[in-house]
Amino acid sequence: MADQTLNAEGLNCPLPIIKAKKALKGMEAGKVLEIRSTDPGSVADFAAFCDQTGNELLSSNTEGNIYLFEIKKS
Amino acid sequence: MADGDFGNAKSMSIIVTKGSLDWAYPPFILGTTAAAMDLDVTMFFTFYGLPLLNKKLDLKMTTLGNPAMKMPMAGMHMAMPNIVSALPGVDRGATTMMKNLFKKKGVASIEDLREAAVESDVRMIACQMTLDLFEMDRKDMIDGIELGGAATYIDVATKSDINLFI
Repeated sequence: MADQTLNAEGLNCPLPIIKAKKALKGMEAGKVLEIRSTDPGSVADFAAFCDQTGNELLSSNTEGNIYLFEIKKS
Repeated sequence: MADGDFGNAKSMSIIVTKGSLDWAYPPFILGTTAAAMDLDVTMFFTFYGLPLLNKKLDLKMTTLGNPAMKMPMAGMHMAMPNIVSALPGVDRGATTMMKNLFKKKGVASIEDLREAAVESDVRMIACQMTLDLFEMDRKDMIDGIELGGAATYIDVATKSDINLFI
């Protein structure tokens, strides 16, 4: 279960990443951020974001037109 | 962080040379994203890129001489013949159309991206020579920027993992 949720629906590159970073900044290590996005590019981008920042991508799923991600803050 | 001291973080520099509405996007998108990915980012604004540091942004674009610019219109994609692009009012129309398209597609404004860059401590350097050349005023520009020249940029570039010219 996520500790915090970010609704990034309707936002295009790079806003989902920038807003996710902002949200993570205010969270403690080990907490989980759930992100809802409609940007198909965010699938590759959140994987790259986590690879680079060391935050853990717990899950990456699609529900209809919504892309769901869970990121655990490192 | 001391000037040029990037510690262990990865780093990126971008030379920003273009200031039209369309060309303002790539440097600000890459700069803000790199900062979000924990890179130390430096942006060096020179020539037509320098007005992007003005407090008040009034960005415009032209379709003139850009055959690759095909706007979605009534289910088709339309390029503008140069002879039409040159007519009065066409640039204004193209600028409005592009801004509406950004809004409709959820693309951030340049103002928002620049604010994100400032918030994430992107180092922004205004080219002193361009400032003199075009008789621009530092007082018209946003806070938190530095003034510098080619040597300042080169010093940053030698220490950066990624260096881009846009």
